[in-house]
Amino acid sequence: MTTVTRPPATAAELTGAEVILKALADQGVEVIFGYPGGAVLPIYDALFKSNYVRHILVRHEQAAVHAAEGYARSTGKVGVVLVTSGPGATNAVTGLTDALMDSVPIVCLTGQVPTHLIGNDAFQEADTTGITRPCTKHNYLVKDAGILARTIHEAFHVARSGRPGPVVVDLPKDIQLAKAPYVGPEAIEHRTYRPRRAPDLQAVEQAVELIAKAKRPLFYCGGGVVNSGPRAAELLTEFVRLTGYPVTLTLMGLGSVPASDPLFLGMVGMHGTYESNLAMHGCDVMINIGARFDDRVTGKLAAFSPGSKKIHVDIDPSSINKNVRVDLPVVGDAGETLAAMIAAWKKKKLKVDRAALAEWWDQIKAWQARDCLRYKGSTTVIKPQYALQRLHALTKDLDPYITTEVGQHQMWAAQFLKFERPYHWMTSGGLGTMGYGLPAAIGAQIAHPGRLCIDVAGEASILMNIQEMSTAVQYRLPVKVFILNNQWMGMVRQWQELSHGGRYSESYTEALPDFVKLADAFGGVGFRITKPSDVDGVIKEMIKVEKPVIVDCCVDQKENCFPMIPSGAAHNEMLLGPDDRASQTTSEEGMVLV
Amino acid sequence: MPDQIQTHTLSVLVDNEPGVLARVIGLFSGRGYNIESLTVAEIDAARRLSRITLVTSGTPMVIEQIKAQLDRLVPVHAVRDLTTEGPHVAREMALIKVVGSGDKRVESLRIADIFRARAVDSTIESFVFEMTGSPEKIDAFVNLMRPLGLVDVSRTGIVAISRGAKGI
Repeated sequence: MTTVTRPPATAAELTGAEVILKALADQGVEVIFGYPGGAVLPIYDALFKSNYVRHILVRHEQAAVHAAEGYARSTGKVGVVLVTSGPGATNAVTGLTDALMDSVPIVCLTGQVPTHLIGNDAFQEADTTGITRPCTKHNYLVKDAGILARTIHEAFHVARSGRPGPVVVDLPKDIQLAKAPYVGPEAIEHRTYRPRRAPDLQAVEQAVELIAKAKRPLFYCGGGVVNSGPRAAELLTEFVRLTGYPVTLTLMGLGSVPASDPLFLGMVGMHGTYESNLAMHGCDVMINIGARFDDRVTGKLAAFSPGSKKIHVDIDPSSINKNVRVDLPVVGDAGETLAAMIAAWKKKKLKVDRAALAEWWDQIKAWQARDCLRYKGSTTVIKPQYALQRLHALTKDLDPYITTEVGQHQMWAAQFLKFERPYHWMTSGGLGTMGYGLPAAIGAQIAHPGRLCIDVAGEASILMNIQEMSTAVQYRLPVKVFILNNQWMGMVRQWQELSHGGRYSESYTEALPDFVKLADAFGGVGFRITKPSDVDGVIKEMIKVEKPVIVDCCVDQKENCFPMIPSGAAHNEMLLGPDDRASQTTSEEGMVLV
Repeated sequence: MPDQIQTHTLSVLVDNEPGVLARVIGLFSGRGYNIESLTVAEIDAARRLSRITLVTSGTPMVIEQIKAQLDRLVPVHAVRDLTTEGPHVAREMALIKVVGSGDKRVESLRIADIFRARAVDSTIESFVFEMTGSPEKIDAFVNLMRPLGLVDVSRTGIVAISRGAKGI
């Protein structure tokens, strides 16, 4: 670890900008992602004079937020962003919305025009708190230097506690320049905001009794387990193994149970495994821990897991009974609730119904025998699934940090890369933000120097934040961009094929850059693979290069992502592969769904 | 009838800080909830507390969501569902301007008397009536004033409080 020089503990006369930096230091912030501009110059000046917070200069403010997300989700810490007023703040909005949807703790400091100019349509003025109100967990406009320090500390508290999320602090330039008192982060007791962590023990006891009586049980767990911290994942794994029950994970929850555990059925949802979705449909007790019954998981709500009693553990009371009515809600932190459940289970000496469970596992094994992730291999074209299988095989011992963009490649990555522990998988789940992966990989690489960070990308998504190659080169971050290039917005094309009669409206990219030259132009290294036999060699080479790398992996242009629950269909109406196409008609009801 | 639309009156205690009302309204518009009536005023200046009275409608599941979502807002102290938490008193105030002369003018005054509305402003040709009551009572009065020269109505929306000794 590098030694950090902290500012003097009792600084009598600080400016607002110095107070901000001192507050960041006291919050344990080591790195911030940002982009300067007129309304944050005083903060950048204070940053220049200090050496205890490292600043990473991105190339676009959206990427600053995604990089902070990658940093936060690979460490469990709060990601910090610093951008200027007006366009700086509006560019950050997509990242903030992404962080809100995926519950990522972010503190985003935005510059603002001086207080006396607010509302006058001043240069680079935007109503930042107005614009970001619906896309943040909370936001502040600091109009009084006297409460500046407290507000910054409160922002961190709100961002990281309860269900985490992004918090914006809008900082007028005159506040940054004014003398401001400093208070420490100790004893931030909020007047109104006190999220509940500890579960109701009576509900926990009811839950474990219901769990023990189950004949066809299923754990369905999500990002709440990851957000609770590594201990929650250990507890979940312990509880699952204690019962011997099958477990499925959402896209956001991958890694919270080791993928290699035989109790793990794979991902659930639209592109989840056949066995996971049929187990969801057929279970009699569903134990949801930290997942939110997202529409990508439930499919058709009216036909969702019709015969099950549902237990739902969530730290956010508004997640309960939002989409699906549950029988036993437990409001609490996933880790604390799991610990209480295990304790209650042991105290009551509960036993599972062995005979029923064996029967249930026989059924699940029959579903697993369908081998739903099977695909037709090829010796002439690279199948995207094959490329990812090789990527996994050749990198798994390095325990890589994986990010993705959004689309087919993302779903294939979720299916074919296997995660043994949390904090290693970062993807835009709720918002589905193309352009997320490269900056997120940069954030993860900043947090984990010397480790392998890979952005599994598509050729369309990567172009949305390709400018961040320049950031990666500047900070000598050897992130690897692994593009599955099929020249199509693959997921758009797949939906046009299934729901719009194969009319491929604007989903083909007629002009693409030469990604090898592009990598070179940025100062990185580029590779192209066109033959299956070259895949291994290039992946090994990619790992060795200590520079940012773009691999342009030219894959089968026609491949679609299966299995799939068509829009508006139920879990038991899954399509297993292209040969299932006879039954592939999206209902009119499904057409209107996204 | 789990999907039946119900109307609920909510009391929401909030920090009186800039943007708090925008947060509440934005929540309703952003998530597609109904607002039938909304009133807000500071009730405790020393503690910077405001009270919002909200009348909303939806299925029982939606009403539960609305309460959970409101409670999740950082500046919200408490959310109470007056409709489910026992009996409550709900009142609305209205100012109603009626212009006319002769019989119509006399009739408006007579009906105002029946409804216990007070004339708070008067010219040779107009009255402004003030009345307090349930929204239905105000509706009835406004409808009666229509043929008698109604020109303007201003209503506060509902304020409500629980009956009995217990506070929010």
